[in-house]
Amino acid sequence: MEITWYVILCFMLVMYIVLDGFDFGAGIIHLFFTKNDKEKKQVMRAIGPFWDGNEVWLIAAGGVLFATFPTLYASAFSGFYLPLIMILWLFIFRALGIEFTHLINHELWIKPWQRSFGLSSLLLALFFGIAFGNIIRGVNLGGVENGIAQFNNSYAFFTPLWDGSFSPFAERPGVIDWFTITIGLVAVLSLTIHGAYWIILKTEGDFVKKLQKKILPLWITLLVLVIISIIAFVAMKSFNSELFNQHPAIYLLPVITFLGFLGMLVFRKSNKHWLGFASSTTFIICGIGSAVASMFPIVIPSTNSIIESLTIYNTASEAYALEVGLVWWVIAFALVLVYFTFVHKIYKGKLTNKHDHH
Amino acid sequence: MEDALLYGRLQFAFTITYHYLFPQLTMGLALIIAVYKGFYLRTDKIIFNEAAKFWAKIFAINFGMGVVTGIPMEFQFGTNWAQFSERTGNIIGQTLAMEGMFSFFLESSFLGLFLFGEKILGQKLHFLTAFLIFIGSWASGYLIIATHSWMQNPVGYEILANGKFALNNFSELFSNPWFLPSFFHNQMASMVTTSFVIASVGAFYLLVNKHKEYAHLFLKTAIISGIISTVFVAVPTGDLLAKQVAKNQPVTLAAMEGLFNAEKGAPIVLIGQPNMKEQRLDNKIEVPNVLSFLTYERWDAEIKGLNDFPEETWPTNIPGLYYSYHIMVGLGTIFIGIMFLAVWFLWRKKLEIRRWFLWVLLFAVPFPYIANTAGWYTSELGRQPYLVYGLFKTSDGISESVSAGNTLFTLLGFVGLYLFLGFIMLILVGKTIHKGPSEITLKNN
Ligand code: HDD
Ligand code: HEM
Ligand code: HEM
Repeated sequence: MEITWYVILCFMLVMYIVLDGFDFGAGIIHLFFTKNDKEKKQVMRAIGPFWDGNEVWLIAAGGVLFATFPTLYASAFSGFYLPLIMILWLFIFRALGIEFTHLINHELWIKPWQRSFGLSSLLLALFFGIAFGNIIRGVNLGGVENGIAQFNNSYAFFTPLWDGSFSPFAERPGVIDWFTITIGLVAVLSLTIHGAYWIILKTEGDFVKKLQKKILPLWITLLVLVIISIIAFVAMKSFNSELFNQHPAIYLLPVITFLGFLGMLVFRKSNKHWLGFASSTTFIICGIGSAVASMFPIVIPSTNSIIESLTIYNTASEAYALEVGLVWWVIAFALVLVYFTFVHKIYKGKLTNKHDHH
Repeated sequence: MEDALLYGRLQFAFTITYHYLFPQLTMGLALIIAVYKGFYLRTDKIIFNEAAKFWAKIFAINFGMGVVTGIPMEFQFGTNWAQFSERTGNIIGQTLAMEGMFSFFLESSFLGLFLFGEKILGQKLHFLTAFLIFIGSWASGYLIIATHSWMQNPVGYEILANGKFALNNFSELFSNPWFLPSFFHNQMASMVTTSFVIASVGAFYLLVNKHKEYAHLFLKTAIISGIISTVFVAVPTGDLLAKQVAKNQPVTLAAMEGLFNAEKGAPIVLIGQPNMKEQRLDNKIEVPNVLSFLTYERWDAEIKGLNDFPEETWPTNIPGLYYSYHIMVGLGTIFIGIMFLAVWFLWRKKLEIRRWFLWVLLFAVPFPYIANTAGWYTSELGRQPYLVYGLFKTSDGISESVSAGNTLFTLLGFVGLYLFLGFIMLILVGKTIHKGPSEITLKNN
């Protein structure tokens, strides 16, 4: 039961990252690569009908996490208190940047909201990457100092935003260190490319060509960052091959991740626009999948030897709650699929000004 | 710890009060818009469609505010109330997760289509999207009230050896006797807010002599939905909810009514200030026997007073609770009066010449918001010192690892950010009302 729910939860989170990920990418492109109003409009049009629905994957995943792994929810959300609240604030600025920009037609109104959309997308991608980096690295569960836990609840922990050394090897590493920052930048670049492929899929004209040209330099930077983070990861932790050895098929995950990564470069000029988007999607899904599998069944590793790591087994709800939850979840999910197909069918293909939001 | 608890509570109270300013309007507007679209489909009168479009703009702004302020709510259980979440997630998490899966997906999928897709969809499908948004937003209210009702009157649970609450009967979450009275009361209260908002815009257009056709439609809509909802909010729903309080939280009822000592044939208090030191009400005006009758349907029934209960179970803020309750009920009575008068003027076709009354409607807008907020404060202050009534104390629910300084910082951040948002949103709503619904389409038809 715990495994089923863990798979569902990971599925929802990965859906969130794939879907809202291209919105973040679009925001970053809007910030750096659009020169005129026409290009800005093209970016907005490509995400306009979808972003709100995409964001709901996160909210729904949060709810499901709360219901099925309450201890994990309580632990992570209170432990990463400040960064999480800041993410919430950024969400507000992003939403208003998308929805309110066109409501008043005056430069003094439009400019700041456009910036607000771009900057908050950039920071959100960075923060989510950093958060992911923190979870891989682990935290000081129980707030152990000199061998004594400071909190009554063993799931509780406190992470400062940073500690002076910015090193993941510090005794009490902060949220931001050079390892988590690298992962954050990996997220920013992957999502920028992912967003670019989405926009290429949804618009036409010169802007498509322009974006296609940007992909090569972005990809090379990403390559460098990925190599750094893999080296750091290996230096920091011993690879947990438990699940891999039990089910050798899981070795396919990193292999497919690599293929997706190559596809992101190879298909950049292809006329079949969906190929690039499919590659970046594969890269994201399988990349996260590999990381999750290499930690399984741990969800938040403990960096001290006193409190044991949080796993899917010691954080889950009671069996009955998990069972009834599954019943309504399946029904709700079937409905979500219906809505999703309906919306994407109405807005299928290239979007033109007939689909504009004003 | 003390300070952390205080700031945590203030932050929760502030953010939830602010959040609920928006859904109370959007839930009602969603219904009215669906009704307008329905009328348009049946009668083909363009004014219904244009009215729906106009309100959809106001809806969209409020909806956006509801979404951005709702997300912090969903996360705050984990960030600030970690111990509470850990121990009750089994149960509270169920209904909250259902809200995400069943209603937020529904609303967000169709909102864009509804707002911008009229041409692509055609009228029938467009009506459908409006209807689905109505269903989604009411489902949201339904599930959140189910969650809340469990906190007021816990059912279907067992407490495990490690102190956790485990769900053992899912359907009891929805057959909780507290739940349906609370849900219908809350939805009716949301219709009250919506009716007053629509009436106010109608009155404004008549007063400034613009958009007169729309003004008449708005006033008619608002007065019909207003008379129904203002009455229903009091009887049967408010009354039924009060009976739940009397049954499950008698000490809360005593505090709400400012009743210190048990009384046979207890009076209902219209005015009076609780004096906690002397344990009595100052300057009171009361109607004898009414409270006994309302609660037990017998004029001489005995109602227990605060002194019949151990002091540690008393609500922690009795004057706050007492005033909240009396503000809600007092305003509710005034609303009924205003709406009866409005029906009378509408009936005699005098609405347009009774300009003083239009002014009343114009300026009545803030009061349903105040009544709604006061109602929620009644619920929440009445439940204190517990988070889960009788079982789990608020002070045991706070996150251990979040310091007072951090919470104060984020509380101030939320206050600043929300003030800014409120300002932006007033500009946008003002601009929409100033521009008004389309006259051109109406003329060309
Ligand atoms: C326009 C708003 C409005 C108006 C006019 C009223 N209410 Fe109300 N009331 C609410 C808005 C509200 C609310 C904000 O929606 C609450 C909070 C929780 C809930 O379910 O509804 C509420 C709660 C609430 C409670 C529950 C308190 C608790 O949980 O401890 C009672 C007993 C009443 N109401 C009773 C009444 C009565 C007898 C009214 C007679 C006029 C009345 N309300 C008018
Ligand atoms: C929109 C309407 C609501 C308003 C205006 C409101 C208001 C408040 C207020 C004023 C408090 C502080 C009480 C105190 O500490 O003395 C509070 C506490 C709380 N409420 Fe509500 N509430 C609302 C709805 C809900 C719902 C639907 C839930 C549950 C799903 C909920 C859960 C809580 C919790 C967990 C607390 C604990 C924090 C605390 O004690 O401050 N509230 N609320
Ligand atoms: C602690 C309590 C609450 C939490 C955790 C909460 C959570 C949320 C969240 C996350 C959203 C955004 C949905 C989206 O993205 O589409 C939202 C919106 C909404 N909430 Fe709340 N909410 C709370 C209280 C309430 C109450 C008391 C009601 C009313 C009964 C309510 C009704 C709604 C509605 C109808 C929406 C849709 C947006 C809108 O119409 O403005 N919420 N809420």
